[in-house]
Amino acid sequence: MEFYHFTEFPWPYLPPEDEYTSMRVNLPSKVYDPDIGADLYNSYLDQHLLADELGLNCMINEHHQTATCMNSAAPLSVAIVARETKQARICILGNPAANLRDPIRCAEEMAMIDNISHGRLECGFVRGVPYELFGSNCNPTETSARLWESIDLMKKAWTTHDGPFNYEGKWIHKRQVNVWPRPYQEPHMPIWMTGGSDVNHATRSVESGYTFTMFLTPTAGMKKMFDGVRANLKKKGLPKPSDDLFAFMPLVAVGETEEEALKFVQQVFWYVTHNKAEPQFRAPPGYVETNLYANFLSGKFSGGRTDAIRTKGMDYFRDNGVAVFGTPDQVVKQLKKIYKDIGGFGHLIAMLHSGDMPYKDAAKSMKLFAEEVAPQLKDIGNVSDKVGPLKDRGRPVPAAKFSGRTEALEAARAKTGVPVRSPNKKKSRAA
Amino acid sequence: MAAQKKAARRKKAAAPKPGVRATRKTYQLQEARVVVETRGAGKPLLLLHSEDRYEHNTPLIDELARNHRVIMPWMPGFDKSTLPDSVTSIEDISYLYLDLLDRMKLTDVTVLGFSVGGWIANEMATKNCSRLKKLALVTPVGIKNGGPYDRDIEDIYFHRFDVVKKMKFHDIKKDPRVLTEMSEAEAMDEARARETTAQLCWDPYFHNPSLRYRLNRVTVKTLLIWGANDGIVKPAYGRAYAKKIPGAKFVSIPKAGHFPHVEQPDAFMKILRPFLR
Repeated sequence: MEFYHFTEFPWPYLPPEDEYTSMRVNLPSKVYDPDIGADLYNSYLDQHLLADELGLNCMINEHHQTATCMNSAAPLSVAIVARETKQARICILGNPAANLRDPIRCAEEMAMIDNISHGRLECGFVRGVPYELFGSNCNPTETSARLWESIDLMKKAWTTHDGPFNYEGKWIHKRQVNVWPRPYQEPHMPIWMTGGSDVNHATRSVESGYTFTMFLTPTAGMKKMFDGVRANLKKKGLPKPSDDLFAFMPLVAVGETEEEALKFVQQVFWYVTHNKAEPQFRAPPGYVETNLYANFLSGKFSGGRTDAIRTKGMDYFRDNGVAVFGTPDQVVKQLKKIYKDIGGFGHLIAMLHSGDMPYKDAAKSMKLFAEEVAPQLKDIGNVSDKVGPLKDRGRPVPAAKFSGRTEALEAARAKTGVPVRSPNKKKSRAA
Repeated sequence: MAAQKKAARRKKAAAPKPGVRATRKTYQLQEARVVVETRGAGKPLLLLHSEDRYEHNTPLIDELARNHRVIMPWMPGFDKSTLPDSVTSIEDISYLYLDLLDRMKLTDVTVLGFSVGGWIANEMATKNCSRLKKLALVTPVGIKNGGPYDRDIEDIYFHRFDVVKKMKFHDIKKDPRVLTEMSEAEAMDEARARETTAQLCWDPYFHNPSLRYRLNRVTVKTLLIWGANDGIVKPAYGRAYAKKIPGAKFVSIPKAGHFPHVEQPDAFMKILRPFLR
């Protein structure tokens, strides 16, 4: 099992809830105060540096026009974390590939980050929540197909090393694709995907070797999806997918005592309680299947994470495996149960921070998680032969010897025998 | 007894008023299968429904069918008409409908188009007017008059359903559709219609940036009818639209929104009747 720290970079200082209609899409930016926000950005980045020190990996995501997430350009945060951390795998989950007008720009950004981090990037792609379609103006009826077209093109761009190729697809037209730099990892960064209720999409992801991720989903829903994928692959005569092709993100809080854990998780719970949105933002036409949309129109389906779920409270979330909290041993027990109930997963993305949870509280919960929970779970789950364990991915410079600065890099490389300068470069200079 | 009643009802249903019964026929147009309903006999009148599809069943058709052959295609992606991958815009649909006129060998056709249907009519007329006689356009969309920061056409996807209803209707009680009272089948039709509309009209938003520059090619007699209280596209938009079509006349109907034929059917027919003569 691999572990990732996650905070959504929230803007927690909101007016009273009856003074705005939605956290997303239409909340005016006058609600945001740069004096405080600048500190918040740096505090959230510090959490990821701490995660690295504690031996946790990092997950960073992206949303737009919302106070729930200030990471409107995740590659920027990921690039900073890539430069400032030493060992953590850095998972971006993800690039909104369905809404990007230029996926080649994304391919370049990801390849740069992979190089800057010495091959520590886990590259996720998302279709994007329905709210994103209002800001991006992407057609909701097209995003599913567009996501796959974008990813296929990026993969081709990362793995083509002999000059420009032509691409004229359904939505993207490029006549001279020649992405620089090539990724550090061979043949390219591991790819991650997310999904909700579409088991065919999940199956296609896992079949493509992409890690399939679900967020804040009750155990029963996770089991249904993951079992569905396993069954679909079996039907196709494919081997059982390894655990590391599945990832799950619950809310997590670890305290020295139950009281402390409860205090922490209530702070993280801000993410669930502060999710007010106007209903039409949850289901633009064509985003969900036609029958679900029909139910939405007639008022039988409220779309997405609804007000009803918001009000169900902490016990509901713990009972259904969506919130995991308690003393270290209690958390270990809950996670083992979830692992067993859903038939296995290999990556746990722990949402350990949200709302206005102070850095020191998040840091304590993270430390307890890294030092007392993770060691008890790290040997659970199997990994695929194809990509191997996270620690062996890429071609990383020995982490202990790498400070992220030039001098140390040269020293470490001299010792490992990896040439610092490409021999090709020398040759061309001589010529 | 019950069976007798049932049989009587069937008999009644099977006995159409002369010239009022609709026939349905499916045409293969390029890659699309387009269902066309036809009612009445007389001068050909091509009725292009709006994205809200209020038109095929209104009393309006009853009157039109008395002295017209009313031809009502279901737009690809609506009802049982198929929307193939090759149809990606309203302009594509206009070519299908021009093909339909050829296929049906129609001449001197009056086109009556509502909202997006009015847009299709303009797309058709700018390409080929040879089979057309007149255009009656009811709150047509399809062009952009203002600058980049102007919202010419209200964003129906951004607002709550009740807010959109108020934009569409002067008096919301006149809306024949209540979403929460739809049957399952009606909800599926509505969902599919809205998905098709979004697919074809999301971006550029309910317009074709090129269309306004070629409206000079509409060489048939044209009338634009507007609801004075239309909150989706304001009457000023309609007046500017009319100015771009040579000789087009603009009329607005008080106490009506985006569907004046639904809200003020009498006032609407009073304007349309003389134009069709």
